[in-house]
Amino acid sequence: MGKILEVNNLHVTFTTYGGTVKAVRGVDFHLNKGETLAIVGESGCGKSVTSNAIMRLIPNPPGKITDGSIKFKGKNLVKYSEKQMRSIRGVDISMIFQDPMTALNPTLTIGTQLMEGVIAHHGVSSNEAKRKAIEMMDLVGISNPEERLKQYPHQFSGGMRQRIVIAIALICEPDLLIADEPTTALDVTIQAQILELFEKIQIATGVSIILITHDLGVVAKIADRIAVMYAGKIIETGTKREIFYKPQHPYTRGLLNSVPRLDLKGEKLTPIDGTPPDLFSPPAGCPFTARCPFAMEVCDKVYPASKELSESHHVNCWLQDERAKQLLTAVRL
Amino acid sequence: MLKYILKRFLIMLVTLWVIITLTFILMVSIPGSPFNSDQSSNETIRANLEAHYNLDEPYPIQYLLYLKSIVTFDFGPSIKQPNQSVNDLLARGFPISFELGILTIIVAVISGIILGILAALRHNGVIDYLAMGIAVLGISIPNFILATLLIQQIAVTWELLPTATWSSPAHMILPITALATGPMAIIARLTRSTMLEVLTQDYIKMAKAKGLSPWKIVFKHALRNALMPVVTIMGTLLAGILTGTFVIEQIFAIPGMGKYFVESINQRDYPVIMGTTVFYSAFLIIMLFLVDIAYGILDPRIKFHRKGGE
Repeated sequence: MGKILEVNNLHVTFTTYGGTVKAVRGVDFHLNKGETLAIVGESGCGKSVTSNAIMRLIPNPPGKITDGSIKFKGKNLVKYSEKQMRSIRGVDISMIFQDPMTALNPTLTIGTQLMEGVIAHHGVSSNEAKRKAIEMMDLVGISNPEERLKQYPHQFSGGMRQRIVIAIALICEPDLLIADEPTTALDVTIQAQILELFEKIQIATGVSIILITHDLGVVAKIADRIAVMYAGKIIETGTKREIFYKPQHPYTRGLLNSVPRLDLKGEKLTPIDGTPPDLFSPPAGCPFTARCPFAMEVCDKVYPASKELSESHHVNCWLQDERAKQLLTAVRL
Repeated sequence: MLKYILKRFLIMLVTLWVIITLTFILMVSIPGSPFNSDQSSNETIRANLEAHYNLDEPYPIQYLLYLKSIVTFDFGPSIKQPNQSVNDLLARGFPISFELGILTIIVAVISGIILGILAALRHNGVIDYLAMGIAVLGISIPNFILATLLIQQIAVTWELLPTATWSSPAHMILPITALATGPMAIIARLTRSTMLEVLTQDYIKMAKAKGLSPWKIVFKHALRNALMPVVTIMGTLLAGILTGTFVIEQIFAIPGMGKYFVESINQRDYPVIMGTTVFYSAFLIIMLFLVDIAYGILDPRIKFHRKGGE
């Protein structure tokens, strides 16, 4: 399995009147061909900024990629011009947005919005584009596609619109699909249908998926690997099994403990106390220190190096340090 | 749709009737008569003239006679220019006024939208400040001041363009500029603000994510949505341009309808007042109707034939 995407040391900042927000502070991850990587974290941790950075859709000003590289099939997208990016967007990398109610243009027909991508990029005739659009509508499970192409977004329900957004993203057969909270705006039954659709699409097209979400339920269903983000950094990555069954970072554990579980009746949920740090002036050490029940003096001062627990499982936490382990054994935690 | 048009048509007729009635009431309540200024006419001649134009009848009868003349589209002869019928005056003046009005609208809409888009795309940039500077000037300077300034500078001092009348395209430039600047400024400001709002919408980001060119994003995805408020304000602007033509026609000595309209009121030329008023109001009402129809074309969510929403 080759790597389709490699992000190294990505930094994104936003310059505002109040100061500079360091939204993404050195993110590293990679994505293998045909797999689904979930980036998980609470609101404001930099998930969406990371995904927008890959598409180079960060509005500049105020946003800017200040450092790092985004290698897509070996080519560094950070160095690409706006024109070069245009030939990548929608063709090689597609994006699905959070809210299907606002992602479609209310004044254009579904057909127009579906077909304009293929027409612009592949220069096909409108008949060919229409054939392709109908094929996509079938793939995402919209019945009577011929008729529905002529309709406008307001004639579709939320779930149907998200299917259309997915169809639009897939029509040029991209190699990478970035889904930014694709199910957050939908109700639970529709969420399940959309997630099944993702699985079906991946089998049918072999597309690699980056799934941005804060919902661990969604992750458990379709992710292969998980990257946990906190305050602009990835603090733990691993396979789904490793993250769910052997979480190492206290924040990952906190996240898992704050998910309601059907099998544990009557137990209280344990939320993580406190709030994430202010990214105008992020702490020098581990950003989770202030909320971490195991915080040590060193945590506040120096950011921990990445520790490899297995080939796929990496964590940035001082608790993984040999010296800390001795300490923990000593106090029998 | 047909039902909607029929309904609108009926409402338009009622509106027109109200305008006619109000004009009649205003007209007869202004002191004076068409024959006041005629020093030569004595009492008998005057009585004969009044009888000739049915002005000796009681007001309700006069009112009914007016209604009849409107329904038959025959406003009768002008009192002040007895050898000409009101219909002749309208037929002569309307094409010129129409040309002035329509050209003004076209110039104002196109230049206003372009200025607005440029300002929005270069938000807080030099072009934005320049465009909005022009817009503020355009809104603040009344068209009659601008008209006089243009005549003074361009026509008199620099002798680049003719000062008055309406005989060639070169003659049209100054009056249209004077009349179009105000509406253009309003359209430019409105387009800019709605465009800025629309450009932050998710579907614009989505269009970018599709890899569309900036040109397509602006004209296919953003502009259509940004134009809705512009269409809304078109009704008011049309009324403004229409009244503006009276003034501009006077200043540039353009032989349009506006001249007859203003003169007829000063001279109490009742048939001409009635004829021009009815004509102007009918025209404005029809234009407003077209604006409403334009809504449905721009935004498919607006449907005319159905009651309530989806």
